[in-house]
Amino acid sequence: MILYTLRRLVLLIPMLIGLTMIVFAIARLLPGDPVALAAGPNATPDVIESVRQEFGLDKSLPLQYWAYVTGLVQGDWGVSIFTRRPVFEDIMTFLPATLELVAAAMLIAIVLGIPLGLAAAVYRNGFVDYLTRTVALGGIAMPRFFLGLLLQLMFVSWLDILPLSGRFPLIEIPPEGPTGFYTIDSILAGDWYSLTIALQHLALPAFAMSLSPLATIMRMMRASTIEVLQQDFVMTERALGISNTKILFKYVLKNAMTSTLTVIGLYVSWLLGGTVLVETVFDWPGLGLYATQAILSQDFMPVIGVTLVIAMIYLVTMLIVDLLYGVFNPRVRYT
Amino acid sequence: MTLLDIKNLNLSMRSFEGETQILHGIDLQVERGEIWGMVGETGSGKSLTGLSVSRLIPPATGRYLAGSIAFEGRDVLKASEKEMRTLRGRKIGMIFQDPTTNLNPVFRIGTQLVDVALHAGHADPTVLGLEPGASSRDLKKAAKRVSVEMLDKVGIPKAAERIHDYPHQFSGGMKQRVLIAMAMIGKPDLLIADEPTTALDVSVQAQILKLIHDLVAERNIGVLMITHNLGVVAQICSHVAVMYRGRILESGSVMDVLKRPSHVYTQALLNSIPTAHTKRGELRGLGGVMPEVQ
Repeated sequence: MILYTLRRLVLLIPMLIGLTMIVFAIARLLPGDPVALAAGPNATPDVIESVRQEFGLDKSLPLQYWAYVTGLVQGDWGVSIFTRRPVFEDIMTFLPATLELVAAAMLIAIVLGIPLGLAAAVYRNGFVDYLTRTVALGGIAMPRFFLGLLLQLMFVSWLDILPLSGRFPLIEIPPEGPTGFYTIDSILAGDWYSLTIALQHLALPAFAMSLSPLATIMRMMRASTIEVLQQDFVMTERALGISNTKILFKYVLKNAMTSTLTVIGLYVSWLLGGTVLVETVFDWPGLGLYATQAILSQDFMPVIGVTLVIAMIYLVTMLIVDLLYGVFNPRVRYT
Repeated sequence: MTLLDIKNLNLSMRSFEGETQILHGIDLQVERGEIWGMVGETGSGKSLTGLSVSRLIPPATGRYLAGSIAFEGRDVLKASEKEMRTLRGRKIGMIFQDPTTNLNPVFRIGTQLVDVALHAGHADPTVLGLEPGASSRDLKKAAKRVSVEMLDKVGIPKAAERIHDYPHQFSGGMKQRVLIAMAMIGKPDLLIADEPTTALDVSVQAQILKLIHDLVAERNIGVLMITHNLGVVAQICSHVAVMYRGRILESGSVMDVLKRPSHVYTQALLNSIPTAHTKRGELRGLGGVMPEVQ
């Protein structure tokens, strides 16, 4: 298991190298001149040329790539042409916000989705089943940003119980801590006031984001539970007097989790790459907003950096999912 | 008192196409120490009779039109679900056909055995060798001990170690032994074995039959052995009931029925077994079609 994990981690390196090449090439092949854009509308050709030299963009593409990769290893992820801020620092500022949002959304989706899916399978064609089916349909069909707007309308305009947008009020000092997650950091500091504020801000965007994974997890869980319930061993367990509760929550649940696990893993990375709409609606200072601004201004160092980070998280998530398979299913344990 | 007394059992099953009557007036009495073989073709209602004894047919699909199944004098068809649970695994043990699919693949066999032992122990602590009213801690300890003992008894070598293994680490025959251990751990008075050797190869089949036979003889319990193999019946059964299209055509001691079959169907069934004198390509099937239920 440890050896397998190490081997998988080593295999990440060639994947990441390949990824930097592809992203680097795509970012550079885009039409338009980012330097001219960055230098401003009134810049003379001399100024543009000096900016180009400053960022090393006058060199050939392989040389630029080499410079980038050697910097990457040393923790220098390049500099934004526009803000002239180091990309790595920017990402470290915005990443926790996005991760916290995605983690909260997935938590909602898993905590609600698995029991609801189970219930829908057990009470097939009953009330819960129809309810989850309706929620699933809405969750899949409705665009997340539109749902976000509806939530704002209801909880902010009408009910007035939650803040409209942002991650933390400007006039308050956000909690500081090792994780960068406001919720976890305030728990670690024992600061319940900050925790309440952080949760209030997190609630709507996290809920808006959770709906599509919730829908999928629910449906997946329902389908796999129904499949497991028809297995022979369920009949044996029933025939030998094991209670229905124990059969469902112990024996069936663990079997049904395997396929749901795949969906959960996929959604984590999918949400990470797709936060921008929700972040825009809720003015959430995350990676999605950062990347969008960079793309619109052809500022490619941040674009490459964000892509790399998301790819790394994706690869690590998939590794965790693969390892978890072994926990749920002894037949796929790795050596 | 008769251990199992099935009287005039009529069962119909529902499907999308409608309701079909499957069992027509089944009558069967099983006493302690008797091994009843129930033979018949696929679809003749053998398995549904077996499942009915533990009332494992979901009420949504199966409906009992008439009759009664008295287990130690109690009618299981009228018992509550809670009462049924005190019978299942404790008074009535069950073994099913395919050992590869009847063990839960993602749990250690120990976990599965202990859960059945615990269930039986809760109903009656003496099963685990404890005084009535034993604490749940004692029950858990005893359940683990008895599980190892039971595995050992059904012939799993190094039972104390193998109890931590998963089903896929056992061969088919060994899995069936584990399932027999699970069925017998609650010290049941009646064992229902639904084609316990069909999925096994012939040499393993004989070992499993012998194991069942020895356990039954040792504990003096009644057995309902469902099979379509007349060889199995001849090997270990004391009595046999021949089923065809939801009816018992003929029943009695193995000697009487197999030596002097009175019903044409039983004769045809016996004739369908190939012998040394059967010509190549000359296999005798039986006519007639079973009623269909989805």
